[in-house]
Amino acid sequence: MPATWPCPGPAGIGDELAVVFDRARAVRLLIVPPLFEEMNRTRRMLIETQRGLDGLGVDSILPDLPGCNESPQAFSAQSLGSWRDGMAAAARHFAATHVLAVRGGALVFPTRLPGWVLEPAKGAAILRQLLRARTLSAREAGLEENSADLLEAGRNHGLELAGYRLSAALVAGLDAAVPQDEGQRVIRQSELGGSPLWLRSEPGEDPAQSAALARIIAAEASA
Amino acid sequence: MTQTSETDTMLRTLLSDVLGLGSARATALTAESGLFGALPELDSMAVAGLLTEIEDRFDIVIDDDEVDGDMLGTFGDLLAFIRAKRGEG
Repeated sequence: MPATWPCPGPAGIGDELAVVFDRARAVRLLIVPPLFEEMNRTRRMLIETQRGLDGLGVDSILPDLPGCNESPQAFSAQSLGSWRDGMAAAARHFAATHVLAVRGGALVFPTRLPGWVLEPAKGAAILRQLLRARTLSAREAGLEENSADLLEAGRNHGLELAGYRLSAALVAGLDAAVPQDEGQRVIRQSELGGSPLWLRSEPGEDPAQSAALARIIAAEASA
Repeated sequence: MTQTSETDTMLRTLLSDVLGLGSARATALTAESGLFGALPELDSMAVAGLLTEIEDRFDIVIDDDEVDGDMLGTFGDLLAFIRAKRGEG
């Protein structure tokens, strides 16, 4: 079910959306989604995981990162800092007791919460893939661009990559960021079975993976 | 398992994961099977994802200027590139 939560932004506090399964139970899981295209590719999987958790007695909250999905904020105004502030605000508002950070979500989740990180991604690897997509499509169009020059320009002035307008702060932040997990358990794809849905442009569905993820979290949260 | 056949198996799995080929299509790939330009799934965004995943799983670094049609033309080309990068003669 959709719910709103107050999120800090450049124009003050504004409402952002979250998908919540909230029955005021003891374990309340904040899910921090992956970044960029991987967010879209994993959305069905994560909501299906929320349904599984609901059946296993766990509340969950999947908030939009500010500037992403249904957010009224501009993507071009975002940085890792604004996403960290947003996720910390969501954790407070919904009184989350645990966190699951997925892929690039591991760069921006509230580290004070216990929980899990699923296949955490380095910021530099995320940025490299976006830069590569741009240089490859430039080459197909007969232009020559290289990643090093683009990165330098992006760190100073921001950059358009794969349809996203990245601020200079976001480029610089991604280039340096590593997963923030401190004691949260790393879950690997092999524990879920199947192949990683975030790699494919048309991910399809794999309910068994969502069910496995929900079972792991429900079991370990109550252990 | 020798490292060489391990590389072959890992690359088939990786192509299956990234392109959603399914295990039957991935197993049926031969050295002459066309990749870039032959598989509609392989657009520039997918190539970018594929290269990043190759770097991650094979622990190698691929430079911009190494990426071209020769390297990604066929399954055999890509396998030979990765083997050379891994020092498998």
